[in-house]
Parts: sequence; structure tokens; C-alpha cells
Amino acid sequence: MSAGTRPPGADLPEHPDHLWREPDPKRSYDVVIVGGGGHGLATAHYLARAHGITNVAVLERGWLAGGNMARNTTIIRSNYLWDESAAVYEFALKLWEGLEAELDYPLLFSQRGVLNLAHSLQDVRDSVRRVEANRLGGIDAEWLDADGVREVCPIVDISPAARYPVLGGTYQPRAGIAKHDHVAWALARSADAAGVDLIQGCEVTGIDVRGGRVTGVRTTRGSIAAGRVALCAAGHTSVLAAMAGFELPLQSHPLQALVSELLEPVHPTVVMSNAVHVYVSQAHKGELVMGAGIDAYTAYTQRGAFHVVERQMAAALELFPVFARAHVLRTWGGIVDVTPDASPIVGRSPVAGLYLNCGWGTGGFKATPGAGAILAHTVAHDEPHPLARPFSLDRFTTGALVDEHGAAAVAH
Amino acid sequence: MPRQLPSSAHPFRLPTGGRIDRSRTLTFRFDGVAYTGHPGDTLASALLACGVRQVATSIKLGRARGVFGVGSEEPNALVRIEAPYAEAMVTATTVELCEGLVAFGLPGRGRLPDGPDPARYDAVYAHCDVLVVGAGPAGLAAALAAARTGARVVLADENGELGGSLLGRGAADDWGARARDELAGFPQTRVLRRTTVFGYYDDNYLLALERRTAHLGAAAPAHVSRERVWRIRAGRVVLATGAHERPIAFADNDRPGVMLASAARAYVHRFGVAPGRRAVVFTACDSGYPAALDLAAAGTEVAAIVDARPQAGLWAQRARDAGLPVRAGHAVTGTSGDPCLTSVAVRELRDGEPTGPVAVVDADTLLVSGGWNPTVHLFSQAGGTLRHDPARVAFVPRECRQAVEVVGSAAGAFTLAECVADGARAGARAANREATEADLGHVLAPPPDPDDIGGGAPPVPLWLVPGPDEPRTHFVDLQRDVTVADLRRATGAGLSGVEHLKRYTTAGTAHDQGRTSGVLTTGVAAHLLGVEVSALGTTTYRPPYTPVPFAALAGRDRGALHDPVRVTALHDQHLARDAVFENVGQWKRPWYYPLAGEDMAAAVARECRAAREGVAFMDASTLGKIDVQGADAGVFLDRLYTNMISTLKPGRIRYGVMCRADGMVLDDGTVLRTADDRFLVTTTTGNAAAVLDWMEEWLQTEWPQLRVHCASVTEQWATVALVGPRSRDVLSALAPQLPSSSDDFPFMAWRDTRVAGVAARVCRISFSGELAYEINVPPWYAPHVWEAIARAGAPYGITPYGTETMHVLRAEKGYPVVGQDTDGTVTPQDLGLGWAVSAKKRDFVGKRSHARADTARPDRKQLVALLPDDRHTLLPEGGQVVADAPLPAPPVPMLGHITSSYRSTALGRTFALALVRGGRERVGQRIYVPVGSVLVPVTVAEPVLYDPEGARRDG
Ligand SMILES: Cc1cc2nc3c(=O)[nH]c(=O)nc-3n(C[C@H](O)[C@H](O)[C@H](O)COP(=O)(O)OP(=O)(O)OC[C@H]3O[C@@H](n4cnc5c(N)ncnc54)[C@H](O)[C@@H]3O)c2cc1C
Repeated sequence: MSAGTRPPGADLPEHPDHLWREPDPKRSYDVVIVGGGGHGLATAHYLARAHGITNVAVLERGWLAGGNMARNTTIIRSNYLWDESAAVYEFALKLWEGLEAELDYPLLFSQRGVLNLAHSLQDVRDSVRRVEANRLGGIDAEWLDADGVREVCPIVDISPAARYPVLGGTYQPRAGIAKHDHVAWALARSADAAGVDLIQGCEVTGIDVRGGRVTGVRTTRGSIAAGRVALCAAGHTSVLAAMAGFELPLQSHPLQALVSELLEPVHPTVVMSNAVHVYVSQAHKGELVMGAGIDAYTAYTQRGAFHVVERQMAAALELFPVFARAHVLRTWGGIVDVTPDASPIVGRSPVAGLYLNCGWGTGGFKATPGAGAILAHTVAHDEPHPLARPFSLDRFTTGALVDEHGAAAVAH
Repeated sequence: MPRQLPSSAHPFRLPTGGRIDRSRTLTFRFDGVAYTGHPGDTLASALLACGVRQVATSIKLGRARGVFGVGSEEPNALVRIEAPYAEAMVTATTVELCEGLVAFGLPGRGRLPDGPDPARYDAVYAHCDVLVVGAGPAGLAAALAAARTGARVVLADENGELGGSLLGRGAADDWGARARDELAGFPQTRVLRRTTVFGYYDDNYLLALERRTAHLGAAAPAHVSRERVWRIRAGRVVLATGAHERPIAFADNDRPGVMLASAARAYVHRFGVAPGRRAVVFTACDSGYPAALDLAAAGTEVAAIVDARPQAGLWAQRARDAGLPVRAGHAVTGTSGDPCLTSVAVRELRDGEPTGPVAVVDADTLLVSGGWNPTVHLFSQAGGTLRHDPARVAFVPRECRQAVEVVGSAAGAFTLAECVADGARAGARAANREATEADLGHVLAPPPDPDDIGGGAPPVPLWLVPGPDEPRTHFVDLQRDVTVADLRRATGAGLSGVEHLKRYTTAGTAHDQGRTSGVLTTGVAAHLLGVEVSALGTTTYRPPYTPVPFAALAGRDRGALHDPVRVTALHDQHLARDAVFENVGQWKRPWYYPLAGEDMAAAVARECRAAREGVAFMDASTLGKIDVQGADAGVFLDRLYTNMISTLKPGRIRYGVMCRADGMVLDDGTVLRTADDRFLVTTTTGNAAAVLDWMEEWLQTEWPQLRVHCASVTEQWATVALVGPRSRDVLSALAPQLPSSSDDFPFMAWRDTRVAGVAARVCRISFSGELAYEINVPPWYAPHVWEAIARAGAPYGITPYGTETMHVLRAEKGYPVVGQDTDGTVTPQDLGLGWAVSAKKRDFVGKRSHARADTARPDRKQLVALLPDDRHTLLPEGGQVVADAPLPAPPVPMLGHITSSYRSTALGRTFALALVRGGRERVGQRIYVPVGSVLVPVTVAEPVLYDPEGARRDG
């Protein structure tokens, strides 16, 4: 070790000295938010800060932000195909750009760019299509050829001899990553400071509906009356909908992710590939953070199957031969709520006063501030936010789907 | 060459003992300095023998760190390897020494080697009745008991030598050797050394990593895989994974020279290395004593045994009898050294608080034993729950839904006799066969246990020795530099659960995944929060148990075997004609066949001309083919296709479209009826597997009552498309018996016949609008038939063509390609295929959705052709379409996008297909395609640009 160099872990930001209270639930609230993940906490933050509604409880059955919020690979981007989606994710991305200041918390939000690789002629068509749509939509997007890909990320193997050679990729420079815990805790601290009760270890076990209107929830910590209830339960939303007497077009699947040991910086951006299915970034501490597709079977267990990980490692080495002697340090799984068109459901539900925010599936982290702001608006006004309108539940009846499978297929 | 060192180069090597081969000397380099060691050493033991105390620096604070443990629990001694092969980051305690090893200490962060790794890795499957994990006394007993019943047993241990904790205690050499020998005699038993079971998944599916050649260094044979993943399915699992010793948090507990007591003892017995010259032992349980006695016996002066327990019991007596000073009811409160340990501060401990005068004891080594953590990681991965056993001060297994039993110290048993008896019983039970007491006799007779002196004193929970200052150097997680002060800040911030505390401080997230720090974190946090340790619990243990190299998991699934390449029976023919290939799904398909000096555009133009004006042929073998058989086959296909299939007559062919439940096109293709109860369905190349899955899903989950069976026959046929006005002439020459008139062999019919002497099925279908045939033959005759066609077509200038020409030809006819002109948001009606959607059928998949408000809207995006005003401008595929020029400010409303775009020799111009909002209404209108900074004006046209009357199809 040469003297004078700073230890690699010396300069990472620390969490603050105060985060939140641990209150007991009150008997009644104006708004109850079910689920203390990123979306629930963001909704509480914006209800308080943007709409002045503070008589609010966030009910979390486990520990705060311990669901998908604690398990995701933190990719943030807005280069979705369809106008409706791009609008929502771009709205969120703009909020991200001001969020550290807004929350006064180091979020490790890093706009290091996201590359989506193309490996076949059809991938190229789809990529160009998305880039063109993004540019006309006012979102930063570039199509790079293979050399351009290598310029952005020198460790990607662009050899034409590869099994599925890299033919190019789309690049969104403003995209990037953030540190999930920091984001959740910053939102929680803000909501708590505004008077919102964050209640952990409190599972909602029933939803009371009278005359078609929600009146409260039953929980493992007693009954709580509520004027309005917002569901932010991600992979368990269909379970809650069943408590309120309706069904949702959701399937819950395990989605796994993993990290390597801490490594000196090698990977400057975020790379995603659908054909050679893996996505990778290198976090601030130095670990490679990676994931791939959902486990095929539906489940509520936060466990996946190992062949999914093996397959993903093979893909990782195809794209990044230098990763060969990196090690898998830890793997885990979350439960993601997948809709038929890979787009979220946000807005009113069949029960008055009960609002939906679900179906973000494998890609809702990037939406966190946006989803919170939109849902808070929807709850506050009992009226879907304009950006939420295309994502209403009734699109599955009318057929006005926002199908992001085609061009975005890795929807993280 | 490193110079040969004198034996004084091993100042800490004991004159005798250890399981090393002193007859051979290995040279290695660490941080640029040459050293020597012996076979049997680890890098850690060799460094200790050479007197190297500082191995690394810490990640946040840059503090000096030395070897702390002896195996995979090591939190400190991280190194990077450069030779014999590069490793980004491993622990020195798990690196077996080999000749020429080159390693460097790391500051908690690894460095990836440049370039790819040429080594081989592989994976195998194993099935067994009983998998025993861990070959310590409990595991050996379990494996023996199970093996004696005749069960198929797999025994895996991460060390190169069986014996587990026996090795590190110098105990029971005979017993261990007998057990090893006997196990070797069971043909049904497989013993895996250097094999770490790292994952425990559902249904007793476990993953293990075998390190096959690393210990051989440069002498490793190249043909042997470096590492192997074992995928083991076990009837029952016996976890005999042992226990890890736990450190204690006190001031400056991280100096090089501070070491787990069990590790120090193992260095003596396994490696013949004295951890130091003068040691202090700090213990909260009996384990410190045998370590102290062993060290003393090996010649290390034991300056003090500091026992936190006021009543130290029988062991203290033993120690005193051996002349070792014991300070019961005392604690180590701090250390000094720069940076390596030179002295230890000791004070009396009263009600958990140090009191009275500080005694400073000179020492270069401090052994610590805070108690034991059963190694329950795999058990937790299996879904097992834990409970806290206050008597043992340990989290022990409670229950698990899988067929697993935990034995030995992993279950909290700490005497050898208990471990062996436990293991033997569990092994026999797991084998689920009758094993008599006599069978088990030898196994059940425990070996003599040097640590069992017939009564010890119970351990006490000791997590933290407070003072003297702020606990900023009271390390809880050495690897993450997490201190008691950090935990105090976290609890002060409002956090009260282990998962939050872990995330706030990062304790337990490092390379060792909290092996030594996890329970200590819980203990300290419980102390700070004033709650019971049992109430706080541990964080969730997740796979893998130890870090697993990416390359090992990728295995052989690399390069050409990554999604293995598929080629058709005609691949050599294409190579011989210099085809350029395109990846289509897993297939390699000829994209075009350039002649010398031709670029792609020229080659495609030539191929297109041949097909339109003379004759051309292509390999169409990759199209998916599914044999659908059974009494209800017609009913079944009627439900899946939008059009009627059951009315098709044998001998005839129909084009059909399949939709998903949302009404969007899933796939298209032709259906041949081959018998009353049998159809041959063709799919697009990329969707062959998906369509078969789709069929199976409906059959198995929705319509199990239908009598239908489906089988993929894609590779049972090779298919050659013979296309163009002269195709009939070519075919007649090869199949003179086949009727040539369209009356006798009409469009959309098929015939079984012989082509070039080979039994063949010939279909009259056309994806180009020209007179065309598809000739299907068994694949092994395909080269013969292909060459025969080439010869028969030579007089007509027959030309092979690839997928690009196929696309131009079909696009000129407005035929959509699923996946290119569709994207899962396109209905058959949008494609202009409304004629293929039955209005009569009561139901088919997607029908209901076609009636939905949005799906039935007249202004949906529809497939149209676009003609650039400039006949030479080639529009970019993927380009967007807008209504007006100039462009407004973003967001610009978009009408749709270009799905296909080509130069057409037949039309003498460029053209494109596009999905455009209300496209059919816009035919004749001028719209625009933004390309870079210009707006290209185009005119909307009907999609069929070539031969709209269909006059050419019959030749
Ligand atoms: C492995 C993985 C990788 C991912 N990668 C990305 C990525 O790179 N980029 C991206 O944008 N998105 C990603 N995602 C998706 C993203 O994590 C989710 O879409 C998003 O976190 C969902 O919103 P949330 O944070 O509110 O969900 P969660 O954090 O899951 O919050 C839901 C909460 O509801 C609670 N809850 C459920 N039922 C009840 C009940 N009955 N009572 C009380 N509480 C209840 C749960 O305990 C949970 O805490 C990934 C997801 C996973 C699993």
C-alpha cells in the first residue's frame, strides 16, 4: 500500500444521526398507506410536503423499506418506448435530479448513463425505434454502434466472434443509479418529520369496505380507521385487492439479484442486455450489482432458483470477459408484481377511497419519486394525476394497453 | 528467481508437527518480497511462519490488519493473486500454497485481472440418498453410519483433508484416519474434498463448488477443469458444518497479532506454526484454555489467561497446574502496538464494567474466544428457523420444512462424544435403512477428546468490554471497519432491527458476509438497545455460503455453447457459397451470398432479380414445424388460430394467424393437413419454441380434455424454397412425375413425391408472390437435393438467396413478418389480415379482445407502405413517422414507426413498411420521417406494392 492514498472506503457518505420515530398506531388517520417501500414512503412524503396532508400512517408488515426497495438493482432511466411511459419515467427522472437537495440526504444518485445493447438486426431496429421516439419526446437518447459502445464502456466485449456480437446499443446519458436504502430512508425521514406515522411490524390483514367505500384496515396491531387508503404493496398487492373484494391482473414472480465482492472501479456505466440476458452496474462501494429476468414460476416466497443465477453469470462473462474471477458474494430475491403489458396500474380502484399503485414489476425503483408524487396527487384530489390516466385499471377492459414488452423487454 | 532463504526465514515455524510436508520447499512472493513455505501450508500459515504479521489494511480507516482466522471465516487477510493464475480477491487462509504463488495484500477491495480467463470450468449433477456437509467428527460419523446401510452417500468438505475441527485440535488422529479409510471402501460413497457446499435450495437441491486444480499451481493439468459446480439432489441432508468462534469487542481489538483462539491452535496443529512468542488469551468460555495449553506446549509463552467469568472452573485449575497465570473475572480492555500488537491492557470486570487498576501485559499475540456461533448458514438458506439458546449463548437450529438434520457443533453440541453420537444417529436415520447398534458400534465409540475434562464452566455472554474512551476502535466487523460507536449511532438514529442496523453500518456485508461479526453485531446492538439477544435475532443468511467465482457458475455455457448455435443440414452448402450469416434466434441463417467484389446491396439486388425474373432458392429449414395429432387436433387448432383450420382438406395448406389473449398477433404460418387427425403447423423461426410452449400451456392447463399431442419436428425436415417464374422448370427436371399444371397441383396444396430421387414433400406456397415451391426432405438427404437443384437450375441461372432477399421479396408483397412488423401491440386487422380472422367461429384465443373498445378503434396503427419522395432515399428501420413539417418542439406527436425498409429492384426505388396511426385512411397522404436533422417526405401507400393482382403466383 503506498502511503498517503486514502483507503477505498474512506469517503462514502454516512447516514444522518436521526432518522425516524417508532410511534404506535393511532385509531384513525385521514390516509393510510399500505406498504412502507419506496413508493409508500414517497407517497407519504409528497402527501405531506406537496398537499399538506400529514395525518397519515404508513403501515409496513416487516421492517421499513425491506421489500423490493431493499432488493433492487437501482437502475434509473426514462428511455421507455411509449409516450405514456416515457412521460411518467421522465417526470420521475426530473424529480431524481432535484431529490438530494429536496431531501437533504446523500442519495448517491449518479447519472452515469445506461447502455442497452443490441445483438441482432431486430434488436437494432427496436433500439433505433426507441431512440427516435425518445428524441422526439424530448428525452436524451443516442444510438451507438459497437465502437461507440466500447467508448462508453471499454470492458464490453464487442468482438464479432462472440456468440451474439454486440451490434450497438442505445445510450441514455442522464440515466444511472442511486443507493436504494438512502433513498428510502431520506423519504422516510422527511415524512416522519412532517408528522407521518411510520409503523413497522404492522401487517394489514383486512380492508373494511362499507357501501362501496373504504373505511379502514385491520392489522396485526389492531383496526385502524381511514378516510382513504393507498395500496403500495408491490408483489403483495393482489393479496390486498382480494381483501377488498376485487381482482387485479397481476402475477407475482420472484426476481433475483446478486453482488460481487468490492472491486476497484472497472465499470463506468450501467449495461443491460436482453439477448445475452443480464444487467450490470458497479456500485459506489465497488461491488458489481447484477440481475436478469424473473423466475418463470409465480410465487410469494422471496427465493428464486439457482439456474437463473448460473445462466446470468454465463451471460455476464459473454459480455464482460474480465469478470471471470469476480465472485458472487450474495444473492437474494424480491417479489415483483407483473402486469400483462409490463406497465404499472395507478389510480382509482373499484372501491371508492381505495387507490392503486402496483404493477411496476421489475422496474419501479426508478419511478419512486414520480410514483409517490403522482399517487399523492391522486389521493389528495380523488382524481387521477394526468400522467396516471393512461395507467388506469380499466385499460385491461378497453384494451388501451401500454405494452412495453416489445421494445423495452428488460424493463428494469 | 527469489533467493533461497535460510531456515531462519521461518522464525515462527515449530521444529516438528503440523500436516505439512517439510521435505519440500515452495517459494512464493507476497507484496513483492520472496518467501518460502511447505506443501500443506496456506498462504496465511506460510506468512505467519515467516513472521509476516500485517497482511492487509482496512477498508475505511486504513488500519493495519493481520491473519485473524484459519479458514473461510477470515475477515482480515484479503489478498489478490497474480500467479499461478489471477484472483481478484480471496482470503490468505483459504489459498493453498503452491510453487511460484504471487500475492498482494488488499485494502478490502479487489482488483480484477485484465483480460479473459482461459481456464475451463464445468458442472455435474449428482443424486444421493444422503448428503453430509462437513467432514469433522459429526460429519464423518454421519457419513459412515449412512454408508454402512448401503445408502448412496456424498460427503463434502471445504478442506483438502477430512477431519474438520479434529485437525485443528490435533485430536483423534487414529479415529479420523480409520473413518477416512473405511469411507474409501464404500463404492456407493463419494467423498468430495476442497468442495464447499454453498447453496441450499428447495427440494433438497444443493450447490457445491469443487476446487480441483488451484492447489496444484502451475502444475495443474490443462485438461482438468479448474473448478466444478456440483448440482446435488439429496434425499436427506445432514449438516455437520461446525461452528465459528466469535470475537469480542474491546478497544483496538483489530491489531495484527489479535487472533481467534481456535485459529491460533489450528496453526500449531495443522501447520506447525507458532502464532507468536508471548500470548495473552482472552476468553468468555472454556475454549481459551486448551488453546493456551497447546500454545504453551508448542513453546509460546502464555503471559496470561484473562477469563471474563469470575468462576472459571476446572479448566482454570488445569491451566494453573500447568503454570499458566489465570485472571478470572477480568477482561482485556485494550491493546497497544505500532501497528502490530506489543501489549495488552487487562482490568477486572465487575457487572460488565472494567474497574480497578490497568495491568499492562507485554505480548505479541492475543487469542480471543467470545464463544461459538454454530454454522447455520446452509440451514437458514434451506428455510430453517433459529432459536437462541441462552445456556450455550448461541443461535441454534429450530426447525425446517426440508429433509435436513443438523448435527454436531452446528447444532450446538460442543463435546466430541456428543458430536460423534449425534452424527452417527443422524446418518443412520437419514439413510432410512435399518442400521444395528453393532453396525454403528465402531462409529459410536468416540475418540479420546483432549478438550473433554469431565466438566467445564458454562460460557457467559460477553459482547463488549466498554471503555476506556468512545468505542471508536471497538471493532464489531473487522472487514467493514464497523465499530461499537457506529452501532451506537445507528440505534440513536431510531433503528432497532438487525436488518436496519446492518444497512446503516454495513456490518456483515463484506467478503466474509459477517461470518465472525454477525452474532456479535446482534449482541452489541441488543446491549445498546437494552433488549434480549433472542429478541433481536440475526440477519437472513443468503447464498452463497462462501464467494463463488463467476467463471465457475458460467461453466461451459460460454462462446459457441452459450445458447448453443444451431445450423441446418445445409450449412456446409452455405459455407461453400461464401454466405454471410445472420443470427436468427439460435440459428445461423444465410443473410446473403456475396460474389467476389459485391457489397450487400449488390448481392441482394442480384438475388432479388433472380427470384423475380428467373429462379432462386433458399434454405428455409429453420421455420418451426410442429406435428399436431389426435382426434381433437382440428378443434384445438380452431381455438388457437383466428381462422378456421378444421375445414382444411388433407393435401391442402392454409395460412393462419395466432393471437394472444389480448388479441395481438403471436405468430403466423402455414398449416398442412396431413391426415384427418393430423396437421403440420409451421411457425416463424424465432417463435418455434414459444408456439409449442403456447400449445402445451393451453392443452395442459385449460383444455386437458382435448385429445391432442404436439411434437416439434423442426429438425426432422430440411426445407428448400424454390422460387421464381422458372421454378417449375427446375422442379419438373427433378420430379418429372409431379403434376406441373396448377389445376392438378394448385397453390396451397402439398404432395408427397420424390425429388432428385429422394422422398420429399413438396408444398406450393409462396412468400414472395412468385410461383414457388417448398421442398421438404429428411435432413440427411438435404445436401444431395440442394446440389441437385443447383445443377438442374444452372441453365436458368439459379441463384441462392438469403434472408435479406427473402425480406425484400415479401415486403414488396406487403407480407408482414411477426416480430419485425409486429411488436405485440398489433392485431391481425392492423396488419390487413382481417380476412384471416373468422367472424363465424364461436371463439378463439383473442376473439373477445378484438371487440374491446380500444382494439376495435378504426384509427389504430395499421401496416402501410411508405414511398420516399426521393426514390433513392432508404428510410431507417425504426424511424418514427410524424404528420407535419417543420417539427414542433418536443414532445412531438408521433404517428408510428418504420418496421421494414428496403431497396427494390423490382420497383426501381426504395420503400418501407410502417405502422401508422389510421394508416389506411392516410393512403396517398404526405407524411414525414425525421432522419437526423432532416425531415424526409414520404407518401403513404397500400402495403402491396408488387403485383397487387397476384398474377405471378401460378407462374
Ligand atoms: C431483484 C430486483 C431488482 C430490481 N431492479 C430494479 C431496477 O434496477 N430498477 C428499477 O427501477 N426497479 C427495479 N426493481 C423493481 C423495484 O424494486 C420495485 O418496482 C419497487 O421497489 C416497488 O415499489 P416499492 O419500493 O414500494 O416496493 P416494496 O419495497 O416491495 O414495498 C412494498 C411493501 O409493502 C409491504 N406489504 C406487503 N403486504 C403488506 C400488508 N398486507 N401489510 C403491510 N405491508 C405490506 C411489503 O412488506 C413491502 O415492504 C427490482 C426489483 C427486484 C426484486
